[in-house]
Amino acid sequence: MLLSIFGERQQFSFPSIFIYGHTSSGKTYVMQTLLNTLQLPHVFVNCVEYFTSRLLLEEILMQLQSCCSETEQTSHVHCDTFNDFVRLFKQAVVSEELEDQTLYIVLDRAEQLREMEANILPAFLRLQELTDRNVTVVLLSEIVWELFRPNTGCFEPFTLYFPDYSIGHLQKILSQNHPPEYSVDFYAAYINILLGVFYMVCRDLKELQHLAALNFSKYCEPVVRGEANERDTRKLWKNIEPHLKKAMHTVYLREISSSQWERLQRDDGEPGQLKGLSAHTHVELPYYSKFLLIAAYLASYNPVRTDKRFFLKHHGKIRKTNFMKKHEKTSNHLLGPKPFPLDRLLAILYSIVDNRVAPTANIFSQITSLVTLQLLSMVGHNDQLDGPRYKCTVSLDFIRAVAR
Amino acid sequence: MWQSCGLVFFPIKHGLNVCSHLDLSEMFTGQIQEDLNKQLFDNLVSFLRRSHSEFQEKTTEWTCRMKSKEIPTAALVLGVNVTDHDLTFRSLSEVLQNNITPYIAFLEAKDCPGVKKLMQKLMGQLMNCYVDVDSSEDEDYVQVSHNRIRCSMTSLINWYESVTKKTDSETPSKKRTSSSRHWQSPPVVVVFKDMESFSTKVLQDFIVISSQHIHELPLVLIFGIATSPMIIHSLLPHSVSSLLCIELFQSLSCKDHLSTIIDKLLLRASFPFKLGEKVLQVLINIFLYHDFSVQNFVKGFQLCIVEHFCSQPVSVLCCQLVDAKKRADSLSHDQCENIRKLPSFRRYVESQVSEKQIALLTEDTYLKETTQKLLEDLHVYHENYLSVLRCLHVFTSFLPKYPLGKQIRELHCACLENQVWETEEYESSLQLARMLNKSDLVTMLQQCVEIFVSSSGKEFDNTVEKLKEFLTQFQKLEGGCKTDLYHLQKLKESRRYKKLTKFEMLRFDVVDYIDSLVRNYLVPANHKTLHEIAYFNTASVLREHLNAAPRIALHTALNNPYRYLKNQELKSDEGSISNKAPDICIVYKLHLECGRLINLVDWLEAFSTVVMAAEGPNADAASSDQVDDIIHARFIRAVSELELLGFIKPSKQKTDHVARLTWGGC
Repeated sequence: MLLSIFGERQQFSFPSIFIYGHTSSGKTYVMQTLLNTLQLPHVFVNCVEYFTSRLLLEEILMQLQSCCSETEQTSHVHCDTFNDFVRLFKQAVVSEELEDQTLYIVLDRAEQLREMEANILPAFLRLQELTDRNVTVVLLSEIVWELFRPNTGCFEPFTLYFPDYSIGHLQKILSQNHPPEYSVDFYAAYINILLGVFYMVCRDLKELQHLAALNFSKYCEPVVRGEANERDTRKLWKNIEPHLKKAMHTVYLREISSSQWERLQRDDGEPGQLKGLSAHTHVELPYYSKFLLIAAYLASYNPVRTDKRFFLKHHGKIRKTNFMKKHEKTSNHLLGPKPFPLDRLLAILYSIVDNRVAPTANIFSQITSLVTLQLLSMVGHNDQLDGPRYKCTVSLDFIRAVAR
Repeated sequence: MWQSCGLVFFPIKHGLNVCSHLDLSEMFTGQIQEDLNKQLFDNLVSFLRRSHSEFQEKTTEWTCRMKSKEIPTAALVLGVNVTDHDLTFRSLSEVLQNNITPYIAFLEAKDCPGVKKLMQKLMGQLMNCYVDVDSSEDEDYVQVSHNRIRCSMTSLINWYESVTKKTDSETPSKKRTSSSRHWQSPPVVVVFKDMESFSTKVLQDFIVISSQHIHELPLVLIFGIATSPMIIHSLLPHSVSSLLCIELFQSLSCKDHLSTIIDKLLLRASFPFKLGEKVLQVLINIFLYHDFSVQNFVKGFQLCIVEHFCSQPVSVLCCQLVDAKKRADSLSHDQCENIRKLPSFRRYVESQVSEKQIALLTEDTYLKETTQKLLEDLHVYHENYLSVLRCLHVFTSFLPKYPLGKQIRELHCACLENQVWETEEYESSLQLARMLNKSDLVTMLQQCVEIFVSSSGKEFDNTVEKLKEFLTQFQKLEGGCKTDLYHLQKLKESRRYKKLTKFEMLRFDVVDYIDSLVRNYLVPANHKTLHEIAYFNTASVLREHLNAAPRIALHTALNNPYRYLKNQELKSDEGSISNKAPDICIVYKLHLECGRLINLVDWLEAFSTVVMAAEGPNADAASSDQVDDIIHARFIRAVSELELLGFIKPSKQKTDHVARLTWGGC
């Protein structure tokens, strides 16, 4: 398909092609192998890596210099604007004697182009016209073209969609990379089991490949020990399935790292010993910070008008306030935290702490450190001196743990 | 600052003494810190080695080919005491430089608003640390690279390659030294000091970029996390966090850290300086209630030392016992007088017979002798106190609900405060101790024996004997029980009772013995003569310095200007408004009487009446209908000063009003 678009070397092709599809549907891989196997002159750039337009343009020129003349030392080129780029680009093409071939510039993760200067994307789209050379720009992205289109209008590229791999495709692809020690069928059966467990949650080819590699040694274990032969799929399945499920809850979510997982497999230990990342949710806070955080939470989720009822009548009884809050909770929690002024926070703090709190510098600095810890966030930066406003960003569960 | 203080108030020798104490405590805390973090650092180092070795081997095995290459990442959970982190990171970088790699970069969120800035910072730091390692001869290289830092990963990789190649081509001797410490291609460690504050986008981009080059550049990330590791998941989407190979490292909790410091620093007989109960309480409260910062605790402790040596004249004698005796011998007459003025010494004098009283109060030489003796007593008291305190702590820490506190510091405070055996908590803990089971009692006794044996006090030989005797008795009891069970299948009720009572008797004995120890040795320090020499007790000073209350200070300054200005004219009774006070004070007092919105005209009028009251009735008559321009100007200035201090702000609701930003009257 692409080949037909590219046409012959000498022919002018589409000025720009836009290829999109979901994560790991093979866009980059297909482009790379295509260009490499056909030995087409090309430049391959990742837009995330070259995060400014200047870096991006310079990188393209550098690669262009080196792509045909390996022997020559690439000198550093300065290129600040697109105008310079077009000029230098023409020079480069002439000097490398590429006039008679189509040059391909592939921009991976092209969605980053939108964040750069406004002229970059439209200019790349009509590079052929601007430089008057035989060049094709290929954009690779995960999002659809409609989200790219700048409001000033631009040259429409030829769009091409890469569909997601189906389960069959995934299986074929995964099975192809079988380890040399084992037969294809054996590995294919393993992949089949793996997909059965993971296909529901993950269709990312890279991730699946990674998981397959991680868990394969466990799958082979009975065979190595001689308890089962390679054809004994059912036995192997029984052995591996709970293991894979465990993996889904831990490694896949990156609760524990893959190297820890491997060590675990080797030692045959229980993953219970290794607590995952989310097991350590408890945060120790100083005494007054806890109260500050609770006060902030109350201020964020309770409407102002209820303050009087909650904090004056039942002076200093935090349990009561929590209890009474229940009937309003549903709506307020769906709406998210509301900003509140500093005064209100302190007033609530004074009423929920049993003994008197002196408004010392330490209390105020604790508020700021809570902001740096991202437990509170400051809203509106314009009048920080007069009356700063904050928002409480922690969840109910967290506040429950703190209040305990 | 403290050095000069010492020199002003005391002989030079003593200034140096202060200085050495400060050094001492600093050294201690540094040492302790290192010990505490050792475990953590060891784990980290081994992690880094592991992650590195994979890179080194470059295996072409099937599994390695298949696995997507992840960036090894250490999530370092450090606790919320952000102020202490710097110290930890500093020692971490030292450890890493010595053991793993010279290439370490520390990134802070405030320096990295974008990927570009991050890369700049990263490369700058990496290339500088290269200079550190290979000294001056390579400077020309560094200069070249500094001239054109192209902040991209490619240039970073180029740099890395050139650096590692260089190490290879070095002279053999040098190579050996470097390879003994680092490997051929040491990993590049990037530390994100405050993970929470980094913006999501910057982190994501950086991770995506570096994951593409992980094959060429052995990168290791360290996330410094203050809250909980969940923050990684909330900051990074799955597509990004799947590029990382995260392992968790937890540092010691700051409370444990504090306990160790107190244990090593305060509860040591050899350290002459002690904290009084109130002071210690202030320091601990600041720690627990406010910041969890061990560093601040240590700083507070240092402040105490400085305060003590600057404000207490008799602190000359606060040093090691041998020195203190020498110094006591060479005291001047004034210094002797100072000692006589001490309340604890007066109490001591009063308890003596009358001839001795006279001798103590008039003869300097006799006083010096007594002082030496008393100092020795004090020293012995300290040694005994600490051993018995630890012993009592062994007991109380076994009790359910910890009536005397779980930590030794709480027990220490209770003992310093007053006679601990008179408190209810002590009574209840004794009650509980009488109900302990045998195995607990035995282990406790064994621990106590260890404590006493290792203690430096000389009086504990008998105690050790006694405790050992208890232990043997328990063992005998056990033996008796066994034979009984062995020989007689059924025990009669009466016999069983007898057995139990035997055990109970012994238990009572043990508890009573411990009680007697406590009564003997855990006398509060302020009952001891000359305790002022070693103990720092003025908690109010410390509170003023460490727990500043800006609002209250401002309020007193404006409400009661005499307090700071010390002008006799300003001395007035509370409540009334004196016209002699500065304008701003008058305006402030007037504004306290108003509600949320203040009418400027009314305020001005009130102000002018107060000011005019001084000038007498004739002046009053002259300007009754119209306010003087000068007074008007003074008023406006005072009001704008108040606005600057943040008490009022212009209101949009009513044009001629200002809004109060504070609430409440005086």
